[in-house]
Amino acid sequence: MNLTLKIWRQNGASDKGKLVSYKVADISEHMSFLEMLDVLNEQLVNSGEEPVAFDHDCREGICGMCSLHINGEAHGPDRGVTTCQLHMRMFKDGDTITIEPFRAKAFPVVKDLVVDRSALDRIQQAGGYISVNTSGNTQDANAIPIPKADADEAMDAATCIGCGACVASCKNASAMLFVSAKVSQYALLPQGRVEAKDRVLNMVSQMDKEGFGNCTNTGACEVECPKGISITNIARMNREYLSASIKND
Amino acid sequence: MGKGMTSVTRKVLMALSGFFLLVFLLQHSTINFLSVISPDLFDSVSHFMGTNPVVQFVLQPVLAFGVVFHIGMGISLEIQNNKARPVKYAVNKPGENASWMSRNMIITGVMVLLFFLLHFIDFWFPELNTKFIKGDMTGLNEAGHFRYYEELHHQFQNGLRVGVYVLSFIFLSLHLMHGFQSAFQSVGFRHNKYTPIVKKLGNIYAVVIPAAFIFIALYHFLNA
Repeated sequence: MNLTLKIWRQNGASDKGKLVSYKVADISEHMSFLEMLDVLNEQLVNSGEEPVAFDHDCREGICGMCSLHINGEAHGPDRGVTTCQLHMRMFKDGDTITIEPFRAKAFPVVKDLVVDRSALDRIQQAGGYISVNTSGNTQDANAIPIPKADADEAMDAATCIGCGACVASCKNASAMLFVSAKVSQYALLPQGRVEAKDRVLNMVSQMDKEGFGNCTNTGACEVECPKGISITNIARMNREYLSASIKND
Repeated sequence: MGKGMTSVTRKVLMALSGFFLLVFLLQHSTINFLSVISPDLFDSVSHFMGTNPVVQFVLQPVLAFGVVFHIGMGISLEIQNNKARPVKYAVNKPGENASWMSRNMIITGVMVLLFFLLHFIDFWFPELNTKFIKGDMTGLNEAGHFRYYEELHHQFQNGLRVGVYVLSFIFLSLHLMHGFQSAFQSVGFRHNKYTPIVKKLGNIYAVVIPAAFIFIALYHFLNA
């Protein structure tokens, strides 16, 4: 298929940036979206132009590195997939595809389509962990009985890969789906209860410091999440936060 | 408004003030509906609400605070949310993943706010003037009858006013369609079994209450 690509080009955070049009020809419908961009970049390099910078790593939908706002949707028009798993069969010959970086004040553009998502890392560092004795006397996690439903819900929340699609899709650029998934995956398990109060307070505080917007329950985040993280987690985080605020000295 | 509060606290307070306003709307529409059923009963209840010291000096200030808080916090959140995405998308398809109502609470909210101003000019300010400036707490007109039904009926004789009211109640309905169920989510109430019921109740509330207000306005307009 032959396509017209309108790609956001921005040479660093201080550059204003603009959409630039490119033509690509003979794209196979079996290619992934990133492979299509690889073809474009080969074309650009061969003609002596600067290739388009975009994030990617595993290309298996599990690392959370790829991003891209494609034709108005985070990770493109398909559901439950990251950009690396989005296939060109989702598009038609002759289509014009607009590709932009994930946009949020907390995700400054590094170059072209690459944004700095380290704000999510800092939120994780603020409380997305459990403290475990590693002296050699560590208790076997399987020795602690956990209801199957809780284990399943915790695992579902833990499948969040921190790609930032929730932020990109939210009209308010809110990170609450990400934060709530990280809070939930521990809140549901006995190992996570020990630090539950500080975790939710610190992670929400860090989220606000990073400049994300407020959640207004539109539900856009869960629709665009490649891992199907539910906004049930946001309700749980709100409960955890209220409970922690009351218990807090 | 709400500086120093975290995003979750602001969200919860927005929901709590929303719950309070939901109760108020139910009460207001119920009393107004009495004007359709029995003018005398409407007059009696209106007089009670307009002169009872608990309603006037405890509930009314709390209501005023609730309204101002909900509006102020809503506008403050909208400003903050706009700042969270300084560069907008060139191409965006928000309708693919969220309802129009959920994405445009500020528009429907501001339209309801504008309606409030008209509504205050029509009813609340004249009421305050009669009671607290002129000092007439009798609730009676010159003929010695209660004036409440007469005033309500008179205001709805103007077609333009009725049209604006009807349009405003449609905006209120759109606001409630998202607001009702969103408030439950904000306070952390989400349940596989009960959340679908809350959503259905919210849709019923969002249709029935504004429809009742519209019916009342049209009833008085058509029964000149």
